[in-house]
Order: sequence, then C-alpha cells, then structure tokens
Amino acid sequence: MTQNRPWIPYLLILPSVAFLALLFVVPLVQTIWLAVSDNGVPSLANAERMVTDINFTRSVKNTFLLTIVVVPVQIAIALAMGTMVAKVGRGRETILWIWTIPLGISDLAAGLVWLSILQNTGYFNSLLFSLGVIGRQASWLSYQTPVALFIAIAVAEIWRGTAIVMVIIVAGLNQVPKEFKEAAEIFGAGPWTRFWRITLPLIRPALQSALILRTVLAFEVFAVVYALGGRNFPVLVGEAYNWQNQNQNYSVAAAYAVLIMIISLAATLIYLKALKVDPERLP
Amino acid sequence: MANIVIDRIRKSFGAFQALKEVSLTINDGEFVSLLGPSGCGKTTLLRIIAGLETSTSGDVRIGDRSIIGLVPKDRGLAMVFQNYAVFPHMTVYENVAFGLRMQKADDARVKAQVEKAAGLLHIEPYLDRYPNKLSGGQRQRVAVARALAVEPKVLLMDEPLSNLDALLRLEMRTELKTVLQSAGTTTIYVTHDQTEAMGLSDRIAVMHNGVVEQIGHPVEIYNHPATRFVGGFIGNPPMNFIKVPVSNGQVAAGAEQLATPKDVGNEIVLGLRGEAVELAPLPQGLEMKVRVAEPMGSHLLLTGSIHDQPVRVILPASETVKSGDTIGLKLDSKRITWLSPESGKSFPAVLA
Ligand SMILES: Nc1ncnc2c1ncn2[C@@H]1O[C@H](COP(=O)(O)OP(=O)(O)OP(=O)(O)O)[C@@H](O)[C@H]1O
Ligand SMILES: [Mg+2]
Repeated sequence: MTQNRPWIPYLLILPSVAFLALLFVVPLVQTIWLAVSDNGVPSLANAERMVTDINFTRSVKNTFLLTIVVVPVQIAIALAMGTMVAKVGRGRETILWIWTIPLGISDLAAGLVWLSILQNTGYFNSLLFSLGVIGRQASWLSYQTPVALFIAIAVAEIWRGTAIVMVIIVAGLNQVPKEFKEAAEIFGAGPWTRFWRITLPLIRPALQSALILRTVLAFEVFAVVYALGGRNFPVLVGEAYNWQNQNQNYSVAAAYAVLIMIISLAATLIYLKALKVDPERLP
Repeated sequence: MANIVIDRIRKSFGAFQALKEVSLTINDGEFVSLLGPSGCGKTTLLRIIAGLETSTSGDVRIGDRSIIGLVPKDRGLAMVFQNYAVFPHMTVYENVAFGLRMQKADDARVKAQVEKAAGLLHIEPYLDRYPNKLSGGQRQRVAVARALAVEPKVLLMDEPLSNLDALLRLEMRTELKTVLQSAGTTTIYVTHDQTEAMGLSDRIAVMHNGVVEQIGHPVEIYNHPATRFVGGFIGNPPMNFIKVPVSNGQVAAGAEQLATPKDVGNEIVLGLRGEAVELAPLPQGLEMKVRVAEPMGSHLLLTGSIHDQPVRVILPASETVKSGDTIGLKLDSKRITWLSPESGKSFPAVLA
C-alpha cells in the first residue's frame, strides 16, 4: 500500500523531526552563536571572559575530579550488583526493582536527601553523637572541609546514578549465554578468570554504552552539588547557571554550555575508540 | 585410573523427573555412547558428571573418588558442549589453547598441542579467525579441538559431530576413535546417530525417559535388546514385534515349532530382526502378506504383515517378490528375542 504513497512514512516522521528541530537544533545553533559572537560579530571575548574568571579553573578541576572518581566506582558497583543478582533465582525482580528506586528520584531531591543526612543538624551527626564519636556538631559541607564536601558529593552522586549503569549492565549480562562461563569453568577458569576473560569482554557493548551515558551525565552534574555545597564546590554547569541567572550574562553562560558539549563529545569519541566493539567478536 | 561410576543418579526439575535412578559403570579407557531420543536426559546426565548441574540424589565417582561435591575445574575432565560454546571473542587458536592456558602451560607446549588438535580436526586454516565467521560444522570442530588439546583423562562429548556432512563425519569419527584409544581416554559420547554409536563404541547405553534401558556391546544390543524400546530404537528397519499365542511352551511359525522361555503365559511377543529370515515355501514357512516390495539395490525391503501385525523384513536383492504377494518365511531361531507382552522386557536368550 505504501508503495503507491511513498510520502506516508515521511509524513508520519515529520512531527517528531519538526519537534526536535524546533526545540533542539535551533537553540543549539543559537547557543553556539551566542558563545562565539559579540554584538553580532564573531568573537572569542566570551570564551576569554570564561577562562579568566576565578572560578573557571576550579570548576573544570572539580568536574573532572568528580567524573574520574564517580564513574569508575559506579561501573564497579554496577558490575558487582549485576553479577550478584545473576546468581539469585527467586526474588530477582524484586531486588532489581529496589535497586532501581534512585532512578525515580530527581537529582535535586537526591541532593536534598543527602543534605538532610549530612547537614550540621542531620542524621549523620546525630548518629556519630549518640555513638560518642563526636562531642559537638561537626560540619561536613562547608568550604573549610573541602575533602569531606567532595566525598559527600561523590557519595550522593554514586547513590543516585549507579542504578542506570546497573540496568544497562544487567541487560548486557543477560545477553551472555551461560554456556560460555560453563565452558570456561570446565577448562579450569576460576571465578576471577571467568569474570575478566569471559564475562567482561562479552559485555563490552553494554559497558561502552554505560560508560558513555554515565560520563556525559557526570560532566553535567549540578543539582546534587548545588544542594550539598552551593558555591563552595564550583562545577561547570553550576558556573553556567550563575552567569545566566546571577550575572545575567547569557553569552558567557553559552560559552560554558558549549564547553560542556565539547568535553562530552570528546569523552564519547574516546570511549568509542578505546572500547571499540568489533562485531566479529560478539556472540 | 579414570573409571567412572554413576551411582543411582536422580534429577528433577520441579515436578519433572529428567533422570530416574541412572546407574552406569564406565571402565578406564572405555568408549561408551549414550544413545536415546531427544529429551531423554543425555545432556542432563553429562552436565551432572561435569558438575554444571547438581543431581537431586546419587553419587558420581571418577577413579573411585566421589566428585559430586567438587567444582567442575577440580573434576579433571573436558567437555564438548552440544551448542559448542566456543568463545566468540577469542580467535580459534586461543579457543583451542584455552584449557592449556588455564593450566599455565608454556607457549611451546600450547603451540604444539593446538597444532596437533587443529590438524586432527582440519581447522588449521582458521586458527587466526574469530568463530563468528565460521560455519556451524567448523565451530563444532573447534569445540572438539579445545577439548582434545588438554589431553583429558575423561572426555564428555555431547553430539560433537552432529553438524558435519556425512563424509567428514565418517572421517572425523574414525580419527577421534584412533586418538582417544591410543591416549586411553575414558569417553562418554552422546549421539542421536545409531550407526555412529554402533561403529565407535565399546559399549552403548540406550536411554529412554530418564532411564538407562540397556548397556552393552553394540552387537549384543542389536541382537538381544533388553526392552521393546531398545529393539525399536536400534536398527533400520527397527525390530519387528509380533504378538503370538503360546501352546505347550511353543510357538508355531509355519510348520516349525519354536521353543519359548519357561513360565510364560498364553501369549508372547516375538522380536524379529528384519534380516533374520529367509524365504521358505508355504505352508512350511510363516505366512507374510507383502504390501510393498522395495528393491534397494543392496537388498529387498518388504513391508507387510504377519498375523495381521505390521512387519518389515529384508531379503537378498536377488529374490523376486512383488507387492501384493503372499510369501513364506523361515525364522532364524537363534536371532529371536522373546519379550513379555505386559512389561515389554525381554526374556534371557533361550539356549537351544
Ligand atoms: N534447566 C532445566 N529446567 C527444566 N527442565 C529441563 C532443564 N534442562 C533439561 N530439562 C528437561 O529435561 C529433559 C532432558 O533434557 P536433556 O537436555 O538432558 O535431553 P537430551 O537427551 O540431551 O535431548 P537432546 O538429544 O534433544 O539434546 C527434557 O525434557 C528437558 O526439557
Ligand atoms: Mg542434549
């Protein structure tokens, strides 16, 4: 039927394409133009203003540090969770469901949850006090305790963002037929060898997807940081937000946005290259 | 010593009994085939021996040591999986080398063993390739090579040649037999293919519905099946079963009287191999109505009935019998198996 009317598929696709073009491509082009122009002429003034700002180096450093710490921990935890749940027979669905609860919590809410735990009058201090570890309220989230603040943010991020990695990895593990592990076991591979030499290579595509997704999201970290540390822990998106709202300078905010985009694209490219998935070697 | 003793193994999946008290003893260096229809529990039994599945009850001993509590890698055996399980992310070379690498063999030995196994299975041209690019039969041979490369004491093979063409299968099976025999490997070989089982095995175990119906030398199983199932499953055409009346401990076959075992009822089942007959004039011979006569070149296949029960017999190609004829047959009394009509089990051979 559609052979006589070849335009039908296009017609059906049109609304979604138009929607994306309107709400994604146009703002993207506008943002890029905003970032690299000054009063309507191409200019690097915004970029210069961005990099010379006192918070710029710190925000770049913090964002990268957070990504480098959080993403590997999340992958490791997700792998551990995935392999553990694979051994479970009954109740598997329930365990997975509980583990994915953080997925349903917005990042700001997650930040507030951890704030209620870690603030001066929070649950953590109450616990330490009742155990006699501290004599009076300790502060964890102030600019005087940068290490504690960093750890708190990292823990909150790990808590919030591991579920999505786990979902991808569990899906990947489900794709690996158990015969491969069994064959390895017969031929003398112990649990670690099986994990490193059989399981890990076989879930490479899932691992790659999880890494790309999580890393891109990690570079966009904001709400959790904002809830826990405010401006004590500057990150890239936070700076964009400040330039936009506090300083009302949309151009420098746009420059930050473009920078984040470039970093994300570069990270994606690196993963695609480094973890190249050779279709020939898939099951 | 690597004899295998399978002692009253049971396996249930929920309410379903896949294995119902299977006992088997396989001697050191012996080649035993497990033969049986699809779903009878052959793979399940192998997986229990390998330690990939836990049995519901029973024991498995190798070299008189119970291995039932050991993890697979401590059982000292190799296995060829029914669906190959060749690692897709390793080259054929690394696949074949896998077991040796796990044993931390040095490179020289790995190379020598891989080349030997690959040569035997004619997979040298593919050593640098990935399994995904190989045909099913090629992958299957990689799986066999991987198992042979470690020179196991005990080798479990689950239909290892099922995907090869007839010619290659014949060649591989002869080579396998030679290698395993000279290495003295104790082998359990699962197959659907009865000619393969007959040709390769020291003994055949015929399985049916989770039970070993009979274990014995191929010729013994062929000539004296322990049950009706075994007689019907082995041989082409299958054994004929004719229910006949017994009077005074004898069964009339035309003019001839055949002695039955002692203490049978009024009826007995006569198990007759299609080729254990020769043409005889009527009325001395046993009457057979021929429905279809098929000249096969090497022999003549007759389908018809005796005592109104369906039979298939084989005569020399030189005989001239046509569809629709009624003929007389003389039965070779030494090759008759008597079976109980109730239990379907055979009586011990009657000594003439
Ligand atoms: N994990 C399992 N859960 C439930 N039932 C199973 C399981 N594994 C096997 N079975 C059942 O046990 C029976 C025996 O299976 P098995 O794989 O041992 O058969 P098989 O003799 O190897 O057959 P084939 O010749 O087709 O390979 C089958 O009826 C099968 O459905
Ligand atoms: Mg099977």
